[in-house]
Amino acid sequence: MSAHPTLALAGVSKSFGAVRALRDVSIELYAGEAHALAGENGAGKSTLVKTLAGVHRPDQGMILLDGEPVVFTGPADAQRAGVAVIYQEPTLFPDLSVAENIFMGRQPRRSLGRIDRAAMRAATRELFGRLGVDLDPGRPTRGLSIADQQLVEIAKALSRDARVLVMDEPTAALSGAETARLFSVVEALREHGCAVLFISHRLDEIFALCQRVTTLRDGQGIASEPVAGLTHDDLVRRMVGRDLGALYPKQDAALGDVALRVERLTREGVFTDVSFEVRRGEIVALAGLVGAGRSEVARAIFGIDRWDAGTVTVAGRDLPPGSPTAAMGAGLALVPEDRRQQGLVMEMSIERNIGLTGLRSLRRGVTISRRAERDRAADWAARLRLKFARLGDGVGVLSGGNQQKVVLAKWLATEPSVLVVDEPTRGIDVGTKAEVHRLLSELAGQGIAVLMISSDLPEVLGMADRVLVMREGRLTAEIPRAEATEESVMHAATRRAA
Amino acid sequence: MTRVLRWDVLVGALLVAVFATGSLTVPGFATTGNLSFALGDLGEIALIALAMTLLVVAAEVDLSVASVLGLSSALVGALWDGGLAIETIIPLVVLVGAVCGLVNGLLVTRLGLPSLAVTIGTLALYRGLAYVVLGDQAVAQFPPAYTALAVGDVPGTPVPYPVALFVLLAAVTGVVLHATGFGRALYAIGAQEQAAFFAGIRVKRIKLLLFVLSGTVAAFAGVVFTLRYGSARADNGLGVELAVIAAVLLGGVDFDGGKGTLGGVIAGVLLIGLLRNLLMLGDVSTEIQSIVTGLLLIVSVLTPRLVSVVRPALKGTP
Repeated sequence: MSAHPTLALAGVSKSFGAVRALRDVSIELYAGEAHALAGENGAGKSTLVKTLAGVHRPDQGMILLDGEPVVFTGPADAQRAGVAVIYQEPTLFPDLSVAENIFMGRQPRRSLGRIDRAAMRAATRELFGRLGVDLDPGRPTRGLSIADQQLVEIAKALSRDARVLVMDEPTAALSGAETARLFSVVEALREHGCAVLFISHRLDEIFALCQRVTTLRDGQGIASEPVAGLTHDDLVRRMVGRDLGALYPKQDAALGDVALRVERLTREGVFTDVSFEVRRGEIVALAGLVGAGRSEVARAIFGIDRWDAGTVTVAGRDLPPGSPTAAMGAGLALVPEDRRQQGLVMEMSIERNIGLTGLRSLRRGVTISRRAERDRAADWAARLRLKFARLGDGVGVLSGGNQQKVVLAKWLATEPSVLVVDEPTRGIDVGTKAEVHRLLSELAGQGIAVLMISSDLPEVLGMADRVLVMREGRLTAEIPRAEATEESVMHAATRRAA
Repeated sequence: MTRVLRWDVLVGALLVAVFATGSLTVPGFATTGNLSFALGDLGEIALIALAMTLLVVAAEVDLSVASVLGLSSALVGALWDGGLAIETIIPLVVLVGAVCGLVNGLLVTRLGLPSLAVTIGTLALYRGLAYVVLGDQAVAQFPPAYTALAVGDVPGTPVPYPVALFVLLAAVTGVVLHATGFGRALYAIGAQEQAAFFAGIRVKRIKLLLFVLSGTVAAFAGVVFTLRYGSARADNGLGVELAVIAAVLLGGVDFDGGKGTLGGVIAGVLLIGLLRNLLMLGDVSTEIQSIVTGLLLIVSVLTPRLVSVVRPALKGTP
């Protein structure tokens, strides 16, 4: 290992108007080391990443490349210096091949400026070989899973001789197996002498993958230390500045009548013969790999997609297929997977988003009562401890965790008897995550039936009274709380021998 | 965004400025007679703009409105020629307009086609049908009681009847758009259709309704147009859709949906009307008038984008 870190920030501060996003933060990224960046939403992680990537220039402090001060004039400049950022949702050209995406703008040429496709594919194959990845360089990137798209981005970075790889929540949308594969790629990168900066809300991943961790809180560096010797609780305490207590506080609640019954539900080519029920006061988790058909079942139950066969019954009433309006009327609520596209109208204000599910109940005569709308929003914002400046502000200014609270508020305001939540804590910070868990537990305590889809196994095991596991569009197991372990759930999800 | 710098307020200010300039520099502009005429001349555009505003807020558009207007005019002529009573003709023709809108709406909502493409198609189709109905001939000699309604003023005021009707409908549209759940739903659909659907809003049904409304209003505007000029022709209202869309966009409604106010649109309609009137008084040819409408359309789409680029640059990146 060289004496100087490959890339470092020394005493960097950055403000936006009155907001001090970073205050005197230092971080050192060494070759061959995976370095975690931990912190709640709004702690300054994104600003730090953008500073490294040349998007922001520090107000104070320095960027050091191999120990020498440098100034990045823009993202292209940082890229030339060997800094590559892999974002959570890669942006590839879907109709171009994998190899063309990797060499976009730098294609190997033959005479007359013709692109040398053979050389391009060979180079791509060589890159994938180094990463230990098996992907066809000639196929279009359309249809690749997010995990595979990330690998293409990583190969692209490698082909540009990136020495520092920044990965901003790469695992948020990955299944367990995909995460494991990404980890082995990161190991390969380290062996090739790359410095890796890894951002994740899943603390287990930090412990599994990284050698060092820097924790940010409110724009300040709290600690930069080896991972070895730290406990889970140590890290959480550094991030939130207090003890959180149990992260998964599902209380036992008295189970009532069956609130949601799904019988032999089938949507051709998507899921088959799915039957289960959820009782009042119960939290049932729907586990499985990404692509197993969990979200699709939730969408069908709520009427977003039609089903081909089977029945959905809420409180004894059969639902018609394909009508969210009817599902809502029967007392169903769905907190969808994609907050920005499905959960919220980003351009609308907080109060209007919360009011959107109550356009009928907020009516006084023919018009909407703005006062009733504001009261409804204020009431739920207080109950969910939403952090906001004004209810009339656009929902887009809120952090991810607070946006998720708005989605929850919008649906809880309909007073549902059955709440379906799809990845309720994806991409939100630990503090808010604990609040969401407490809330779900409380709701179950009040007699609401909760169906929770989650790829976060500790969350599934901590929260669920029962775990249903799906694989390839079918329910493969129903595991009661007492028997649910990571092994039993993963076994049912992958059919791997235990 | 600060209140003063809102686009619709700016358009309102521009309207006042144009009016002031016109009154000071163009003789005969600021007379009751001329203004009454200018407003009356704007009647059809204004009526259609109301329905168009709802559509564009919901991120759809109907380019076939002028053709529906023409088809309606041709039908009025043919049926009147055929000896039907005007009291029978009007509801019949308006119904045909509703069907035209229904066809647009079904193509968009059932087949998932983009409304821009669908209504360019029906723009040609409905105009073609207008020629099938009436050919090149013109039908005139409508009952004076009805033509008087189209050109006459509300007794005791300089306000033409169609304008009075517009004021009434504009008030209703304003309430619907800005104060009802239906209006809220339109903004949600325009800004983020998926999220609207996930919130239980019946997106397709609402869009279908908007297209039917647009066709109905356009057909009714065709009746008004025919009676106002006392002449039914297949080529009546040629190009009116451009003036309507220019007025809507100029009024600050985002072509991508989800943004805009009816107040802005009304200011946009009046601004276009005043400019056309000024150009007419200045004896400017219709070609130049058309160029001005086109330029306004581009400016109104371009300026908000420029502002959104320039403003952050002036403030420093957020």
